[in-house]
Amino acid sequence: MTLMLVAGAAAAAPAVEDSIAQRAMACTLCHGKQGRAAADGYHPRLAGKPQGYLYKQLLNFRDGRRDYGLMSDLIAPLSDAYLLELAGHFAQLDLPYPAPQAPSVDTATLARGRALVLQGDPLRKLPACVQCHGEKLSGVQPFIPGLLGLPRDYLNGQLGAWRSGQRRAVAPDCMGHIAKQLKVEEINAVSQWLAAQPMPPGSKPAAALPEPLPMACGGLQ
Amino acid sequence: MRSRPTVGAMVGVLLGALAALLVAALLYGLSPLDEGEPAAGPLAITPALVERGAYLARAGNCMGCHTARGGQPYAGGRAIPTPFGAVFSSNLTPDAATGLGSWSAEQFWAALHQGRGRDGRLLTPAFPYTNYALLTRADSDALYVYLQSLRPVVQPHRAHELRFPYNTQTALAVWRALYFRPAVFTPEPERSAEWNRGAYLVEGLGHCNACHAPRNSLGAITDARDLSGGALRELGWYAPSLQDPAEAGVAGWKPDELRDWLKHGRNERASALGPMSEVILGSTQHLDEADLRAMGAYLQALPPQGKTRPRQPKPDPALRELGGKLYERHCASCHGEQGGGVAGIYPALAGNRTVTMGPSDNLLRVMLRGGYAPATAGNPRPFGMPPFAGVLSDRELAAIASHLRNSWGHRAGDVTPLDVLRVK
Repeated sequence: MTLMLVAGAAAAAPAVEDSIAQRAMACTLCHGKQGRAAADGYHPRLAGKPQGYLYKQLLNFRDGRRDYGLMSDLIAPLSDAYLLELAGHFAQLDLPYPAPQAPSVDTATLARGRALVLQGDPLRKLPACVQCHGEKLSGVQPFIPGLLGLPRDYLNGQLGAWRSGQRRAVAPDCMGHIAKQLKVEEINAVSQWLAAQPMPPGSKPAAALPEPLPMACGGLQ
Repeated sequence: MRSRPTVGAMVGVLLGALAALLVAALLYGLSPLDEGEPAAGPLAITPALVERGAYLARAGNCMGCHTARGGQPYAGGRAIPTPFGAVFSSNLTPDAATGLGSWSAEQFWAALHQGRGRDGRLLTPAFPYTNYALLTRADSDALYVYLQSLRPVVQPHRAHELRFPYNTQTALAVWRALYFRPAVFTPEPERSAEWNRGAYLVEGLGHCNACHAPRNSLGAITDARDLSGGALRELGWYAPSLQDPAEAGVAGWKPDELRDWLKHGRNERASALGPMSEVILGSTQHLDEADLRAMGAYLQALPPQGKTRPRQPKPDPALRELGGKLYERHCASCHGEQGGGVAGIYPALAGNRTVTMGPSDNLLRVMLRGGYAPATAGNPRPFGMPPFAGVLSDRELAAIASHLRNSWGHRAGDVTPLDVLRVK
């Protein structure tokens, strides 16, 4: 009987490939098929983000600078080299993006969001998003993520977490510094506008920024 | 008819007894317990000694507790949760003000062997000096020399957050009087040298019983050789019995399988997850072949001891049927329709002891929070299990667990949604 069970089990062994994509299956239950974001609007897209950015976030979770117990526990026993490889796997995926989200605020709020993204607020020395995240907001190699194709809830959640200090990067923490100066209404305006923008076809992280960064960022080294 | 003692007299006797116990404990606990092995003379610091110390520090996984998440190695500050409050690990780097920089080898030995700080204060037993007391003076000195060779890191000690009365020296003195007798490891002449080396590692530096033994209400392990399993409530895991063949006893394993488990964090039978993966990553994967074999020989020779299983809830056929359907949908693509797994990649669930052992905590924990096997030198790109906490409800998780525990010849009983909630 035992033998039969073992034989039956062996015959039914699933076809599993010894690949990095198979190893990343532990990520994609939450982050959507192949890492194209979950329907819940909370677990973000991984596919196509710069490898350096994904890698830094994995280190931040593993080492306690980002606070989400499930992520931190999951990758706790993994090495730097392996996390870099997992990051590289998702970075090289070229998958279609979801349609933009229709905004749920008035046009004045949207205009405020657009202005903050494209011009910043020079009076308050707030840099524009495009100064670091790229002219097309598609991110910059190797560490800066794009800001389009992300759900509004996720954008709000992350900016809120930067603002409250729950999300952190290596010092000097430029995003933390910026988000702490934003009002909650401004965060919502920025998220609303960003989530409503279509993803330009063939959008990829830029190779480099035309100008130097407006401020020092510890997470980019 | 006998006269009944008055309540007042009883209280008086009780108080008197308590006071006597306290005085005895203080006299005993606060006095030096024994002289231990004297130093052989001034330490000759050689590269070989530093290397030896580095090896021993890994065998003891000192870094595991003495490094905060994302912090400087050995600089301390990690919270060790205990039922009595959090204990914060100390800075072992040789910074003079905040670390071990001004400690002598003698004082370091007193910490390991007698559980005393540099100023003579009693240390909390969360620092497993009850195990380290077994170390030889030579090993203590090697560890000392290694730690003194590290780059000093300034990191002040964070005060423990123990509740009263556990935060007092008196409580520690009483605890020591009750539960601690320092003694350097004495080999058992009728056992092999390999077994004795294994005992030294498992009972001493490796402090395996810190997790794998039950503790009493004062957090003490009353039998130093007991490895019959312990609940890690603060961490949400159960450290299974190393003596029970139905839990994690290894008497029936091939020596190579156990060696691979300790070295790589996996073998053909199973993968390590949870706190054990931290131990393999920081400690056992770095042990040399002789020590791995010695540890294995000792663990395989442990006296077998079956455990009483918790009472099974009334079988719920509807729950198991739902579990079978959910298993097909969520689990079978990796673990196989008959729970056979994929050799070397995904563990078989049929016959898997994490599935069938009495406490279902670890099974539920893995289903809820997923996990990767440790990325060891021998298995640097492990496969992983996704967390199902946000995907399946408590009832659905209980259903799958009940299906697993009662399929393929298993008779482990059902898991209820309440069990899932308890582990969350």
